[in-house]
Amino acid sequence: MTETDTAAAPGAPDVPEAAVSVEHMDVAYAVRGQDRLALRDVSFQIGRNESYGLVGESGSGKSTVALALTRYLPRNGRVSSGSISINGQDPLRMDAAALRRMRARTVSMVYQEPGKALNPAMRVGRQVAEVYEIAGASRDEEMSRTEAMLAKVQISDPRRVMDRYPHQLSGGMAQRVVIAMAIAAEPSLLILDEPTTALDATVEAEVLDLVAGLRAELSTSVLFISHNLAVITKMCDRVGVLYAGELVEEGPARQVFDEPRHPYTVGLLRCIPRAGQRKDHGRLDTIPGFLPPPGQVMQGCIFAPRCAIAEDRCHQAEPPAFPTGPDRSSRCYRHDVAADLPRSTPVDISLPVARNEDADPVVRLQGVSKTFAGRDEQVQALVGVDLELQRGETLGLVGESGSGKTTLARVLLGLIPPDQGALVELDGKPLGPLVRQRSREQLKELQIVFQNPDSALNRRHTIRQLITRPLVKLAGLSGKALQERLADLVRSVRMEDRHLALRPSQLSGGLKQRVAIARAFGGGPRIVVCDEPTSALDVSVQAAILNLLVDLQAKEQVTYLFISHDLGLVRYLSDRIAVLYLGRLMEVGPAERVFAGPHHPYTEALLSAVPRLDGEHPERIKLAGEIPSAASPPSGCVFHTRCPRRLSSGICESTEPPLAEVEPGHQMRCHIPIDQLTAMQQIGPVP
Amino acid sequence: MSEVVSGPATLVVAASTGQRELPSWRLLLRRPAFLLGVAILLFWIVCALLGNAIAPHNPLAQQLLLTNKPPSGAHWFGTDQIGRDVLSRVIVGARTILIVAALATILGTVLGTALGLAMGYLGGLLDVLTSRLVEAVLALPAVIVIFLFIVAIGSSATTQVIVIGFIFTPLIARTVRSAVLVESQLDYLSSARLLGERSGRVMFAEILPNVAPTILVEFTVRLGYAIFTVATLAFLGFGVNAATPNWGADIYANYGVIGAGYWWETLFPALAIASLIVAIGLVADSIEQVLAG
Repeated sequence: MTETDTAAAPGAPDVPEAAVSVEHMDVAYAVRGQDRLALRDVSFQIGRNESYGLVGESGSGKSTVALALTRYLPRNGRVSSGSISINGQDPLRMDAAALRRMRARTVSMVYQEPGKALNPAMRVGRQVAEVYEIAGASRDEEMSRTEAMLAKVQISDPRRVMDRYPHQLSGGMAQRVVIAMAIAAEPSLLILDEPTTALDATVEAEVLDLVAGLRAELSTSVLFISHNLAVITKMCDRVGVLYAGELVEEGPARQVFDEPRHPYTVGLLRCIPRAGQRKDHGRLDTIPGFLPPPGQVMQGCIFAPRCAIAEDRCHQAEPPAFPTGPDRSSRCYRHDVAADLPRSTPVDISLPVARNEDADPVVRLQGVSKTFAGRDEQVQALVGVDLELQRGETLGLVGESGSGKTTLARVLLGLIPPDQGALVELDGKPLGPLVRQRSREQLKELQIVFQNPDSALNRRHTIRQLITRPLVKLAGLSGKALQERLADLVRSVRMEDRHLALRPSQLSGGLKQRVAIARAFGGGPRIVVCDEPTSALDVSVQAAILNLLVDLQAKEQVTYLFISHDLGLVRYLSDRIAVLYLGRLMEVGPAERVFAGPHHPYTEALLSAVPRLDGEHPERIKLAGEIPSAASPPSGCVFHTRCPRRLSSGICESTEPPLAEVEPGHQMRCHIPIDQLTAMQQIGPVP
Repeated sequence: MSEVVSGPATLVVAASTGQRELPSWRLLLRRPAFLLGVAILLFWIVCALLGNAIAPHNPLAQQLLLTNKPPSGAHWFGTDQIGRDVLSRVIVGARTILIVAALATILGTVLGTALGLAMGYLGGLLDVLTSRLVEAVLALPAVIVIFLFIVAIGSSATTQVIVIGFIFTPLIARTVRSAVLVESQLDYLSSARLLGERSGRVMFAEILPNVAPTILVEFTVRLGYAIFTVATLAFLGFGVNAATPNWGADIYANYGVIGAGYWWETLFPALAIASLIVAIGLVADSIEQVLAG
């Protein structure tokens, strides 16, 4: 025990420069007796106190890197060649005791799902204290240090939180506790594997700020794994881009994202709507083709089959890592021209016809409330929502989880009935509260694309059955007309006939979502609800799906109710935005007006929480505390408990403001007069 | 941005689904336990089908000079107290038990599936009332209930099938109901409702295929219990027909003479029951494990 201690202690004479050094690492998973390479020739270093980001799409091998470093690979996985060094020690050669010591003291890990990382049967305080117990602290010391550590991760009332069980904590709070546990042992390497992916934007921003602050304080090296390029830019000094198990590009984060030198990085960045980019500016670019299946042995560059600038040599020999600048490298023969990668999707779009603002709305919601009766509480998921949808427009619906976005969509669709007194109108005629009270004609008009196609498609049905059913049931087609419409629909969602015989499990995530879109459009609807339609998809697939939605809208003149927590996407796609908080509309207005401001203080906070790709991080509006329970909403303006611009007069606490028109077509629920709000927001955030 | 789930668990899945997944039945064929179970089961099915045709002796023929003979070349499993060939009786005895148990299980599965789908999908008062009823039935020991019914309405193959089938119905309904409740969380049911599908179609065309694996496992498990129940009834004297050879009845008839050293007369019918139940257990476990991944 003592000899490892000295060897691991920083400042010892033989300590190498880098905290982590990975050289030519291959990782293979044995699947049915065959080795499949999940990582190929991966080399990178993480310096002391450095934050290194690994970015890549699902299946690229990001998490495998983290598992290999800590030797937590599943039983069928192994490092088949190469070497790893953490503080000069090789975890691959450690015996069980040394490995346990390393995991206890040198390396800590934070996973995506805080709920799953905590023991549900153990009080929070006890779990954190365990770290100190292992370090040999006394009982009293354990508790006082736990309290101090929870305070350090900005938990305001550590004593009370220590007495709670994990299920009593919100996601953000639980992730703070997990981070507290991870840093309690003062590790020299902290691995964060998608630590904020499961959290809301406002909570994500807080957790990221927390991690950045702790890094400065603790001087620990960080390996930060994320699919989100903007988060990586914000959090990391250097970044490695993983594609299909290979590190294709590496370098300082800002440089890599500002001037990418690998066609994959270039393509990935083009898939994301840039700040301010809108659908009428043209289509998003996409990356053609698919990620190769894991373990596929390929000749030449692994990205060549999807690369528009690939030459013969790219298909013949695997490119080495070319240095492309100080501390930068790219595994591409043509790294010098990578930035000029031709677009794979033409920019031109057929814009939807200009909307007629004065026309009667297609859908009108008036006084829509929804109360869920719990055992001893009434949860108000929606309170008095008034909303109109115009023909051919996209209304973006945003808000944190629990704000009532999905409930509103389900009420509109008739999947759950609203409370008495609500009015849901289609073309000026009231709709029945539930689907079974609506006519076939009415059902046909309103359809939905769900978030997760795995859940939305019956996994036992073939794609043909899935797409044909709405054509038969809603469009009433049969025979030749049915076959023609089916072929037409399959083509318009850019699928192929050969897909029809398959089942959902045989398709990739993007193709599955196309099937779901084809189903939604099968009956020829006029209103389609898109409930986070791309949040289960990778960035490159997301771009293609968004393009498809825009094209279909232009062609079919449909109205979208687009629900998303991703404000970048909402801005790209929406004509108007509605912001929900605790079931109440806080702001409704034209997209550009809502984004440009003046905006509701809540919208302002949401916008400032979004990490930006360009690395510019304007001073953030911090929201105090957690989103309150919908079962006992705050008095007055429901947002007053977290509002950074709350008025001192006390009116915010006592009276709920009405949703008032502040300029034509722009409504806001706030006591602060619009002029005053404008002035405040020009000055900047509340100190 | 997109919420890409990339915990370690999904990673392994991703790594293992790179190539097209093998269909479940091919995975089953790779399991020795499954193959052994199927082999034993097939053996008994052949016995049940061919019966007298493959039995070396007439299972009913009494040879009073050859009573209680131990296993020999002429009588591999020996003879019983009235000189009947034990091997032939074991072979021919497979037919009744297999037919009665299989039919009873099929009846229980069909009724239980329909009831479970209705309880799980339609819910409401129907679910509350039937759930209570199911709990009430489950509180009673099944064999005793079956015994009472058979005593009351007389023992025949038909009554056994009906009584066992009805007793199994709530058990299977409960399993199906909980599988349906899991499916109810999924969006494809909302999607079906938005197409205006009727409840019947949603239950049988949308949900049923997805809960079929659960039902298959439940069926095999219940089949094992059914065989045990039929054998027990016969042992207790409620055989289907005194004239046909019957494993349970043979054990009852001969277990008194084990003390006299005539073990083979009881052992072989008992082994037959045990092998059949074990075989079904192996098949059920294999299916369950393959489906669980």
